[in-house]
Amino acid sequence: MQASPSDRPVLRLSGISKSFPGVRALSGVSLALYPGEVTALIGENGAGKSTMVKILTGIYQPDAGTIEVDGQVTAFPTAAAEATAGVTAIHQETVLFDELSVAENIFLGHAPRGRFGLIDKAAMVAQARALLARIGANLDPTITLKDLGIANKHLVAIARALSIDARVVVMDEPTAALSYKEIEELYELVERLKAEGKAILFISHKFDEIFRIADRWTVFRDGELVGAGMMNAVDEAQLVQMMVGRPVDQIFPKRQHSLGAPVLTVAGYCHPTEFQDINFTLHMGEILGFYGLVGAGRSEFMQALFGITRPSKGACRIDDRIAVIRSTAQAIAHGIVYVPEDRGRQGAVKGLPIYQNVTLPSLGRTSRHGFLRLAREFALARQYTERLDLRAAALDQDVGLLSGGNQQKVVIAKWLATRPRVIILDEPTKGIDIGSKAAVHAFMAELAAEGLAVIMVSSEIPEVLGMSDRVIVMREGRMVAEFGKAAMSPEALVRAAAGIGERAAA
Amino acid sequence: MSRALKSREALLGLAIMLLIGLIATRFPDFVAPSNLANVFNDTAALIILALAQMVVILTKCIDLSIAATLALCGMVAAMLDVAGVPMAVIVPLAMALGACLGAVNGLLVWKLQIPPIVVTLGTMTIYRGIIFLISGGKWINDQEMSPLFKSLPRMEFLWLPVLSWCAVAVVAIFAVLVGRTPLGRSFFAVGGNAHAAVYTGINVGRTQFAAFVISGALAGLVGYLWVARYAVAYVDIANGFELDVVAACVIGGVSIAGGVGSVGGAVLGALFLGVIKNALPVIGISPFWQMAISGTAIILAIAVNATEGRSRGRVILKSAEHVA
Amino acid sequence: MTGASATKGRQIPDSLTHPATRLLKSWESLLAVVVVVIFVTNSFASPYFLDPWSLSDATYNVTEKLMIAFAMALLIIAGEIDLSVASIIALASTAMGFAVTLGAGTPELVAIGVGVGLICGLFNAVLVTGIGLPSIVVTIGTMSLFRGLSYIVLGDKAYTGYPADFAFFGQGYVWWVFSFELVLVAGLGGVFGVLLHRTNFGRAVYAIGNNPTGALFSGIRVARVKFILFLLTGLMSGIASVCLTSRLGSTRPSIAVGAELEVVTMVVLGGVNILGGSGTIPGVVLAALVMGLVTFGFGLLNVPGIVMSIFIGLLLIGVIALPRLWARLRIQRG
Repeated sequence: MQASPSDRPVLRLSGISKSFPGVRALSGVSLALYPGEVTALIGENGAGKSTMVKILTGIYQPDAGTIEVDGQVTAFPTAAAEATAGVTAIHQETVLFDELSVAENIFLGHAPRGRFGLIDKAAMVAQARALLARIGANLDPTITLKDLGIANKHLVAIARALSIDARVVVMDEPTAALSYKEIEELYELVERLKAEGKAILFISHKFDEIFRIADRWTVFRDGELVGAGMMNAVDEAQLVQMMVGRPVDQIFPKRQHSLGAPVLTVAGYCHPTEFQDINFTLHMGEILGFYGLVGAGRSEFMQALFGITRPSKGACRIDDRIAVIRSTAQAIAHGIVYVPEDRGRQGAVKGLPIYQNVTLPSLGRTSRHGFLRLAREFALARQYTERLDLRAAALDQDVGLLSGGNQQKVVIAKWLATRPRVIILDEPTKGIDIGSKAAVHAFMAELAAEGLAVIMVSSEIPEVLGMSDRVIVMREGRMVAEFGKAAMSPEALVRAAAGIGERAAA
Repeated sequence: MSRALKSREALLGLAIMLLIGLIATRFPDFVAPSNLANVFNDTAALIILALAQMVVILTKCIDLSIAATLALCGMVAAMLDVAGVPMAVIVPLAMALGACLGAVNGLLVWKLQIPPIVVTLGTMTIYRGIIFLISGGKWINDQEMSPLFKSLPRMEFLWLPVLSWCAVAVVAIFAVLVGRTPLGRSFFAVGGNAHAAVYTGINVGRTQFAAFVISGALAGLVGYLWVARYAVAYVDIANGFELDVVAACVIGGVSIAGGVGSVGGAVLGALFLGVIKNALPVIGISPFWQMAISGTAIILAIAVNATEGRSRGRVILKSAEHVA
Repeated sequence: MTGASATKGRQIPDSLTHPATRLLKSWESLLAVVVVVIFVTNSFASPYFLDPWSLSDATYNVTEKLMIAFAMALLIIAGEIDLSVASIIALASTAMGFAVTLGAGTPELVAIGVGVGLICGLFNAVLVTGIGLPSIVVTIGTMSLFRGLSYIVLGDKAYTGYPADFAFFGQGYVWWVFSFELVLVAGLGGVFGVLLHRTNFGRAVYAIGNNPTGALFSGIRVARVKFILFLLTGLMSGIASVCLTSRLGSTRPSIAVGAELEVVTMVVLGGVNILGGSGTIPGVVLAALVMGLVTFGFGLLNVPGIVMSIFIGLLLIGVIALPRLWARLRIQRG
């Protein structure tokens, strides 16, 4: 720790480690939060920030480490004891109750009681009103939460934080879904909380806002602490460098770069609320990266391309023929397949055996007149799962029993078995172990070499840099930059995605 | 609860007024205070059970055994009366029995996580079967029941019979229970966002259990009232009444997906059905229309609920923000 | 995984469990044992039990419900439910009765019964898959609506006077003791068994039941499959209505009241997961046999019908509760 605290931290975590099966999320990190100050926690996706938040709010218990409150070593918080631990979190997707009123959301679990132990509604509303006024929120405490926008829901969450007299407020990408004006209001609020002496942990990918409101910074990378210090002693370039500048510990496959003919041309794809004016051409043998912050509209666009949602405008051509894609079945028929980010829900059909998962979109080929032919299914499933080096006991094993990495292999095998032209991989290595990661990367290179066109949506900079021939950066539903192999650099990607300097390189 | 629901309640209230007004233009007797009091008295059982069902549905469950519980408790109450047990014991016993029957449902849902619809479909037939077993399939008639047993629900007190007062009392208790107690709030929390409820320290299964016990106890109370009012107890009383109860809830804006509903809505939903039921013979339509009307009302109500509750998707584009 | 060399070495077997082992451990085998036990017990309990004609009569306890249970099984496996099936029987039967008063002959009656079933199924299908309403409430609503329409038409009256040759569907015999209904239900069982277990459509049903989003993301037309399933359930209810009406020779609005419960029980007892995703047609057939034999046995012992329903209710809860209870106990023991 390089920081030289002017006063004692409210909360200090030291030597925190946390492992999950196959993944070491945090190893020996430290974090200190000071009263009346905002500490920015900076790091790439997968750096361990959310694990840290979950430890702070008592959802996870760490494997090792100590927590000190006011210099006293105490027990780690548990979820039920939110109020006593004095830590509260405001998440991207607020954990509140849509059908309860604002006041009830603020006081659920610790409402003021009146006679006979009944909830004193008048007192509750009055106290809620006072709390809301304290944070400058002009909200009626009696209205139902669902009638509020996300920004106001944040305010309610903050009021809840104040109602339990939290001393530490964690804000996990609070501005991710807010408009410009709402963000300004949130900044004012953060100032107020500071003035009240709250210690604030602020997690964000947006450097402009970090520089705007944070007093201190802490950078995590790959579950380790890279550094910490005061904001006024650091500049953007240094932070970006610390965040992405990893030693070359991941070896990406070397690829013979040779682009083939154009396969897919997307022209002017728009959606009323999620993305606008997406244009690109994808070639055979190309790996096209899509980089951006979480919520930049990348997955939403990919799902429109795959026929899950429909674009409001725009056309899509395959081999120079207009392709109308209104359902996933049509997308598959046109040779476009999508390996989703949400494996559990959208990827594998848990409960069905491996071979049935693999053949699900290819049943038209393995069956005759709509009747199943199991021998063919097993043959097809074996062909592709073995090519992906699936680790499974038997092909009729339930997919749900496989590890995350192996489930991902089943999903990829499922799509390869359809003999696609374009394969879209959405965060293909998120949450899977290092070994499987390398396998997926090698395999992507192999696919591209075979002439398949690959779109890779990724939020991991090394992966984007290591794998893509070209990168498109999206921010707030729009394409904001495009980089060729030569022009790609971690700094350029981060800048474009976070909107630093509004510089759009070609 | 919410503005949307308030408008639904206002809408429903308006619809009931309109309905009554429309009938009054041709049949002015219908709006005579004594007749309206009759309509209310006739709907009392539905109001009580709609509220009971509401708390169950709020927690994302459903109690299809509510009418069978009513019938079983009613039969037991009648048999206790025939056996000469005093009234002061019968009513609490009927409610306690109902609570136990509800607890069976609740335990199966809580401890074994069996889907509520399966549990209560099963207990619905079991409870009815038990009536047959204990009564031997025989009826308990007017003559066999003690005068006090029969007359209690009909006793007038401040212009309204006791049966009506029971409904009023239950509405008042529910207004407090749902709006002013931690348990009431947790019904909404459990059904609205079970995941978040856990993090607020609420036990989801126990809350559902509590809802079933409340539902059973009230079904027990109504069981006595029903048998006493009609002065007869047999296996098939209130057969199919569970559908009317669910219909009242759905019409009153209680969402079957849990977490949405209000005391006012459920009461108005019950009154809506009650007014229709009582108006049909007055305006000369066969009472056989009632079933189809409640079926249609259920379907229309859920269709309306669905369009109201359709959630807006995530908005990424800045330009789209003020539009959405 | 890199390269072809690594992949050649490993081969994943199709299956580790022998098909026979799997069959032995299945729910269906347990049901089969139960069927045998009940059969043997009954044949000792009553001398009339083994008479082929009385056995044949006993099949009427379940044939019509089993027809619907086939379609219901698919619907529940796909994660939906239809509680309006008994009301569809009532409405279809009422329509047929009304047609009789207009002088319709047997072919028209069959067409009307089946057609009304299809229309009711279509109505449910549109509400659930078209508008996207939850099937459980929709069909509680249509359960009330369909039977309500019968009440409007019939009130406390009844239709009788069906043509003499119409009686064949519910009372006729194809060969020896094999009734038309028995042969029909056997044929339908074969069709549904093949449909669920041997076709792409059946595979889609399982995929949807296990993970509707995953199925959609795998290119399955989820809404279309569900739509067809509701139609099929309506169709089977219509066919069951023809059989039941023919057997009873009359239509009252209370016809087949509560049959939806028995159909759902049959399906769940047959090993279909009420939450969707798993279940088999042979399991449903065996469940029907269990329920039929028990009903028949109780009937021979003069046990009243309502006691039967207690048994069915207990069965419904028991078959789901016991495995869960067992699993809990095992976990508690470590």
